[in-house]
Amino acid sequence: MRRYMVRRLAQAAGVLWAAYTVSFLVLDFLPGDPVSAMAAGGLQTGQVDQAQLAALQHQYGFDQPVLLQYGEYLGRAVRGDFGDSVTTGRPVAATIAAALPQTFQLTGAAILLAVLIGGGLAVVATITRLRWLRQVLLSLSPLAISVPAFWVGLVLVQLLSFRARIFPAFGDNGVRGLVLPAVTLALPAGALIAQVLGKSLLSTLNEAYVETARAKGAGRVRVHLRHALPNAALPALTVVGLLVGQLLANAVVVETVFARNGLGRVIATAVTVQDLPVVQGVVVFGALVFVLVNLFVDLVYPLLDRRIVVGGRRGLA
Amino acid sequence: MFVLAVRFNLARWALAAGVTAVTVLAGGCSSGNGDAAGSPGGAGRSGGTLTFAVGTDAGCVDPQQAGSSDTVYALRQTVDSLTDQDPATGKIVPWLAQSWEIGADASTFTFHLRPGATFSDGTPVNAQVVKDNFDAIPKLGALAIQATGYLSGYVGTTVVDDLTAKVAFTGPNAQFLQATTTSSLGLVAASSVAKTPQQRCSDGVIGSGPFVLSGYRPNQSITLVKRAGYAWGSSLWTKPGEAYLDSLVFKVVPEAGVRTGSLVSGQVDAIGRVGRADEAALRAAGVGLQAYTIPGVGYNLGFNNARPIVHDAAVRQAIMVAVDRRQIVDTVFPSGTQPATSVLARTTPGYRDLASAVTFDAARARSLLDSAGWAAGGDGIREKSGTRLSLTVVWFANAATYQPAVELIQQQLKAAGVELVLKELQVAQFPQLLKSGDFDAMWGGNYSRADPDSLRTLYSTRLGNAYRLPVTRLDTLLAQQEAEPDAARRQDLVGEAQELIVRDAYVIPVVDQQTELGVSPRVHDLTFAVSGDIQLHDAWKR
Repeated sequence: MRRYMVRRLAQAAGVLWAAYTVSFLVLDFLPGDPVSAMAAGGLQTGQVDQAQLAALQHQYGFDQPVLLQYGEYLGRAVRGDFGDSVTTGRPVAATIAAALPQTFQLTGAAILLAVLIGGGLAVVATITRLRWLRQVLLSLSPLAISVPAFWVGLVLVQLLSFRARIFPAFGDNGVRGLVLPAVTLALPAGALIAQVLGKSLLSTLNEAYVETARAKGAGRVRVHLRHALPNAALPALTVVGLLVGQLLANAVVVETVFARNGLGRVIATAVTVQDLPVVQGVVVFGALVFVLVNLFVDLVYPLLDRRIVVGGRRGLA
Repeated sequence: MFVLAVRFNLARWALAAGVTAVTVLAGGCSSGNGDAAGSPGGAGRSGGTLTFAVGTDAGCVDPQQAGSSDTVYALRQTVDSLTDQDPATGKIVPWLAQSWEIGADASTFTFHLRPGATFSDGTPVNAQVVKDNFDAIPKLGALAIQATGYLSGYVGTTVVDDLTAKVAFTGPNAQFLQATTTSSLGLVAASSVAKTPQQRCSDGVIGSGPFVLSGYRPNQSITLVKRAGYAWGSSLWTKPGEAYLDSLVFKVVPEAGVRTGSLVSGQVDAIGRVGRADEAALRAAGVGLQAYTIPGVGYNLGFNNARPIVHDAAVRQAIMVAVDRRQIVDTVFPSGTQPATSVLARTTPGYRDLASAVTFDAARARSLLDSAGWAAGGDGIREKSGTRLSLTVVWFANAATYQPAVELIQQQLKAAGVELVLKELQVAQFPQLLKSGDFDAMWGGNYSRADPDSLRTLYSTRLGNAYRLPVTRLDTLLAQQEAEPDAARRQDLVGEAQELIVRDAYVIPVVDQQTELGVSPRVHDLTFAVSGDIQLHDAWKR
């Protein structure tokens, strides 16, 4: 178990380093630098104070060779210091902390909805004896996956905020304001869960132990929920872990449409002005969450399925 | 010593008040809001909250540093300026300063403050705080590019007495008087002056304005509440004393469709940045559209006049008349946008109407190019001794209208035998572009400023000279207007400067910059200030 944990933690560190490095390189390939982007406020006047610009570039270290910048920033990042935002001057950690509650609420609600919607859909689709209903339900998920979140968000706002006036169209105003963005975010995620769980339920239902349960006289619903579902849920659990990444990515769009000040908005704004420290901070933070959630999922596995033993000594089952 | 003194008196005040009420319509209000101009002087209702949706948050709530109009809409309400500017006449009128004198060469400005004005922390608005503000602004740094520009050549401020401040510059600086009308030079309390630029950005500042900043949530909202006991409003405002509205909430809603829908469904009272695509939905819902032509230099195609092909004046002059401005305005920009008729927008003080030269005349464009020796080549693009008439035009994707505008110009010039190669750049590349001069022409070049000195800022060879203009009589004119305290004489100088720029076609004016708001019919007397900011002291809600 300990060796397993050490290996997983090393992997996690590797993922974080890669996320940091790739985002650094991508931003470095963009023309200009954050200070120039800020000084281009002078786009209006046709004037840029080149001396002041140079001083600022020096202050943030953008006049250093790329490798040196990379080393310096990485060294500080390892110690948890991502520096200050170039545009607002606020510490990156504070910027992330301010946006975090918003994103937690949103993604938390979305995951909950996604599991309920996706799980419910998969169970109903596989339990029903109506062939056509099963077909319709199972084909809903590819549809929901393929529709862009941006469009879903705008349609929901149009129908339930502008026409029906049930929910507010934007802002972080309590539970009512959370409904539309959470549903928008939950739909593609729920669809993915439905797809994986549905497939897995169908194959589990054909397994021998399920036959045995049936032969012993367990009812249809009992077989489905008590015997098949726990085992079928394992692949879906993996998907939930992976979904965290998808949710954070879609939050960029959803938070923009619904004007919520979460991490997605923070990074979207930071990318447009090339605010390097903020982008790096959010990317690494996102990667950290992703790694932790998936580590958690892996550790929960053996609790759900006794056949799986973590950390070697295989063949116990 | 030439003295220009404006004494504050009641008759003048009342006259100015009447003028403002109609100004918004003069700016080109296109529909709705029937009684927007119909309730001068105190017919409004006090109380209520006005919710205004804007598209962006620049991340800084210090009016002296903020540059984006979305943020300035809110911050303008929190600070007062020494002077105000009448949008109808361009005249500078009293606000915190009751009167002022300009030195003979426009290098000194003496302001006489009205007594009794205070900041929201209780400290008085006096000559010392004027000095504190102006002394600190040049040190504000990169964000405060407007404010520091207005104060370039600043020597210092002398506190003559408690209510008299004399501001001195190294040389002539006639534009400074108009600069004192802007929110960039709006006054903040001494305690705010003492803070670092970054603290001021994130915490906001203490002003003396009709509203007080009560909350700022980055990327979310700016909340302002009415200043109780406010009694030193601009001489242009209709309502004496405090504002009508109890509070103002500026919400940041990035998605244009969501802003429009929120206004139509009554979730907000007004929205900024109305685009052409949003107009139909707003009109159908009975929402008032208020448009205003922003003074200064509008959108144009500015040449790097040092580059070989456009060094040829005939090429530039041909392009001047090969652009069909009407078509561009009607296809790309919000309704009511005006084709350019000079290098200055028509609302700029000192504007001279040059519509006969800034016009579309395909035949003249062809004959100009023909006689300059540019003959049509095989693919319709002209050539001269082996050189194709092909120009690289750079543009920045920081507004939705830019791409369709440059693409339309590309088509129009192709008809004249001129090829445009479009090159999109990131905003962060701008400083580098200025340094390298690696462009034949640059789209945009707009500069919002209700003072003709914007010509000097952009086109004097003694400043940035982004367009690589040669040293000509234009420089002399631009320097003379800077030193001319007399408004009428200054107008003649900048008139001639506009004629020279248009005659030699250093830049091709295309459209006047316009801003359009959507305003709920419940909201009345929401007016534009001259710079294109909004004025909410007089606004009220039913």
